[in-house]
Amino acid sequence: MPEIEMTVNGKPMSGTVEGRTLLSDFLRDMLGLTGTHIGCDTAQCGACTVHLDGRQVKSCNVFAMDAAGAEVTTIEGMANADGSLGAIQAAFQTHHGLQCGFCTPGMVMAAAGLLKENPAPTEAEIRAHLEGNICRCTGYHNIVKAIQAAAAELGAKPIAAE
Amino acid sequence: MPKDSGIGASSKRREDVRFLTGKGRYTADINLRGQVYVAFARSTVAHGRINSIDTSAAAEMPGVLAVFTGEDFVEMGSNPAGWYITSRNGETMKEPKRPVLAHGKVRHVGDAYAAVVAETVAQAKDAVEAIEADIEELDAVLDMASAVADNSNRVHDEIDDNICFDWGWIEDNRAAVDAAFESAPHVTTLELINNRLSPNPMEPRASLADYNTGTEDYTLYTTSQNPHLHRLLISAFVMGIPEHKLTVIAPDVGGGFGSKIYHYGEEAVVLAAARKLGRPVKWVCDRSEAFVSDAHGRDHVTKIELATDKEGNFLAMRTETLANLGAYLSNFSTATPTFLHGTLMAGPYKTPLVYVNVKGVFTNTVPVDAYRGAGRPEATYQIERVIDKCARELGIDQIEIRRKNFISPDAFPYTTPVGLVYDTGNYGATLDKMIELGDTAGFESRRAESSAKGKLRGIGYSTWIEACGIAPSHLVGQLGARVGLYDAATVRVNATGNISVLTGAHSHGQGHETVFAQVVSDMLGIPEASIEIVHGDTSKIPFGMGSYGSRSLAVCGTAIVKATDKIIAKCKKIAAHQMEASESDIVFENGNFTVAGTDKSKSFGDIALSAYVPHNYPLDELEPGLEESAFYDPANFTYPAGAYACEVEVDPGTGKVDVVAFTAADDFGNVINPMIVEGQVHGGVVQGIGQALFEVVVHNDEGQNLTGSYMDYAMPRSNDVPLLVVDHSCQTPCTHNPLGVKGCGEAGAIGTPPAVVNAVIDALQAGGYDIAHIDMPLTPSKVWAAMAGAQQAAE
Ligand code: FES
Ligand code: FES
Repeated sequence: MPEIEMTVNGKPMSGTVEGRTLLSDFLRDMLGLTGTHIGCDTAQCGACTVHLDGRQVKSCNVFAMDAAGAEVTTIEGMANADGSLGAIQAAFQTHHGLQCGFCTPGMVMAAAGLLKENPAPTEAEIRAHLEGNICRCTGYHNIVKAIQAAAAELGAKPIAAE
Repeated sequence: MPKDSGIGASSKRREDVRFLTGKGRYTADINLRGQVYVAFARSTVAHGRINSIDTSAAAEMPGVLAVFTGEDFVEMGSNPAGWYITSRNGETMKEPKRPVLAHGKVRHVGDAYAAVVAETVAQAKDAVEAIEADIEELDAVLDMASAVADNSNRVHDEIDDNICFDWGWIEDNRAAVDAAFESAPHVTTLELINNRLSPNPMEPRASLADYNTGTEDYTLYTTSQNPHLHRLLISAFVMGIPEHKLTVIAPDVGGGFGSKIYHYGEEAVVLAAARKLGRPVKWVCDRSEAFVSDAHGRDHVTKIELATDKEGNFLAMRTETLANLGAYLSNFSTATPTFLHGTLMAGPYKTPLVYVNVKGVFTNTVPVDAYRGAGRPEATYQIERVIDKCARELGIDQIEIRRKNFISPDAFPYTTPVGLVYDTGNYGATLDKMIELGDTAGFESRRAESSAKGKLRGIGYSTWIEACGIAPSHLVGQLGARVGLYDAATVRVNATGNISVLTGAHSHGQGHETVFAQVVSDMLGIPEASIEIVHGDTSKIPFGMGSYGSRSLAVCGTAIVKATDKIIAKCKKIAAHQMEASESDIVFENGNFTVAGTDKSKSFGDIALSAYVPHNYPLDELEPGLEESAFYDPANFTYPAGAYACEVEVDPGTGKVDVVAFTAADDFGNVINPMIVEGQVHGGVVQGIGQALFEVVVHNDEGQNLTGSYMDYAMPRSNDVPLLVVDHSCQTPCTHNPLGVKGCGEAGAIGTPPAVVNAVIDALQAGGYDIAHIDMPLTPSKVWAAMAGAQQAAE
């Protein structure tokens, strides 16, 4: 079985994988980064969302071997250097954008992906971007609010509420 | 000024930090040294006779450690239904055995009949493929009406038909109700389906069992809403493991919505395999497995009739319902369509005569059980839909017909004709709030704007009530419950004055760790941060029945209040001793014990410390230490209620429905954390929109589930719903719990579906389509077909 290396949250990591090992399983089982969640088996729910070379991907839909040599960011890499919550994470807490927390890592990674491309999204743009992330708890209301607040906090022009 | 901590404050949730940094600890995240994995062989047919299962090839596969079939569990007990239902003829319900693994017959697609344990998940799954099962396919029992009419093909051969019970509520009222219909000036009739749903918490079920061969202790980590209930079911009913030798831990749980109340066979298999192999055994459900093994919800077919006078005053209501129970009785499955549904059929209205008939029907489908709201959404949907239709028939305004039939605010306590006593309420107040926040006065101009865009706009209402805070044991005992539904708490004050609260509630998204700390903080006058809420572990928590039926705060929270009261009472005794005063002169305020009328005072921390360092302590009358427990059994249910308004736009070209505005005005009694309450309503409303517009489990004629993944089962997504207007400022506090709280977890899922459907019917009728009803979910194809049908009929 091949050994692969990649940079995860800024640290070099390696492990042995099968050809069929998914990136999500590699992160969870080999590296112990269990913040990346598995909510489905058809690449529909987005709970497994990570960034791969700066691009937002569903890690259940990427073979670990195909991520060899890549830079991967997971939810565990989203806090500030001092360990405090990053702007998006903090906005999710302030605006109650999570309940059970299961979809949350994927939501935060998707929000980060959106704000990178579009620092001042409208409500409609936020909703469109989250289409691949299912949340069963929040009704999305407070997730939208949290992402609007994070966008404002991150220095983009503030978005009118409601 | 909003408070910034304690009761009434929108305290930020402490649990969020771990969830937002990837440090949550869900069952699938837990790994034990030496663990192995189980995978299940599941039936691919809805109904079949198991002629033989050959596991020899599977046993030889790489990494395989053990293979189990139903044969291995025949000695075990049956996973029981928690409520006995008595039929109209006085017979008790039929309760066929529910085995750990299917034995003799498979009874639904997904019914597990064998399990393989192997060193890796992949090896276990590969070996499942090598099991040779000779299963002779039988005709599937699917359609409920045929299942009732024809008992030649039966889900369970050992009982003589497919009817579990035929329940009348209240049977003694039946003749009077029928007589009222005979003489009624107007009768509105509606036949409707409450669509079968899959609960779909985002975390799939998972279990990890550990067995210590030296001590014979078992530990089960599992996705449970109620670890003590799991322990009870596994110990007392299914496996016979002594309760004190089994620890059930439900760590972080990613949503439940009912589906994680129940004990499932997979949990028994991991425990049995761990004992046999002496190694930890883990199972994590795939989503596609979840669709065919998690209990489904709803699935009622109902005929409802409403008798009124010409002015729309309700005279009587009667219903006939077929409730799908699926292939086996799940733990709450017999209570959901009966006592959680029939007792709610008065709604917030003063209808004097109500009669409900429900037949519980076995079919070759996944077991059906309580899903968010459980019985109360089914009741509310019927009532609010038939009222909507009645108002249209009589030409009465939708708001006025509801208002004129409301139980008036001075009529409480109010005894309904279906066996409940509502303690408080003010249904007109929430209705007025809805009218104000939803700007119903401006609706016609919004309709004109939509129409200018080529869209049909409609508005629909729902004024609903529910019974929460499950449940008063003396009541549910009379109704057939096999358990008590009280709850328990321990408040442990540590020597240094900080506090551990052990609660029988389980949080799987509700934020108990934050909310319960707010309550105790207020009572003891100490910071929330000094209070830890411990839940989800039977080895730590004395007892508890868990979280469902919006009971956590009303029942478990009250147990915490009672235990905290005992702490305060004990502290007062200690303070009186130390300050040489009479106990009755000690006043406790803002965290200080003061001798009334003096400046003598001791802080809570001082008293706590002296309980553990009892140098100046009334040892002759008090034990040292500061820890108190309380069990609390509620005197009554709680009765949250609300008024919802939904506005939709229908695209006449495609039939697509968009919810464009939604207003929820709720009365939850007192509110501890407004932010969390609003979040609960948001989530419930969107699940309700999901039921109304998108979600349904579909079976084909062979009983195959055609909606077995997120490609086919339409979950509401972010761009399917609007921002929501929610309000909880109308508050009639519950009269029989000390916090005055009613519960908010299920409201949205209960009140929403009829509001959405009523809005669509309104849009279609205003658009000139003579359509009285469309069954949920109102998908574009169904709405389009109804419009085409109506158009054709008109031509
Ligand atoms: S687990 Fe990757 S999309 Fe669901
Ligand atoms: S917070 Fe539970 S699924 Fe989103």
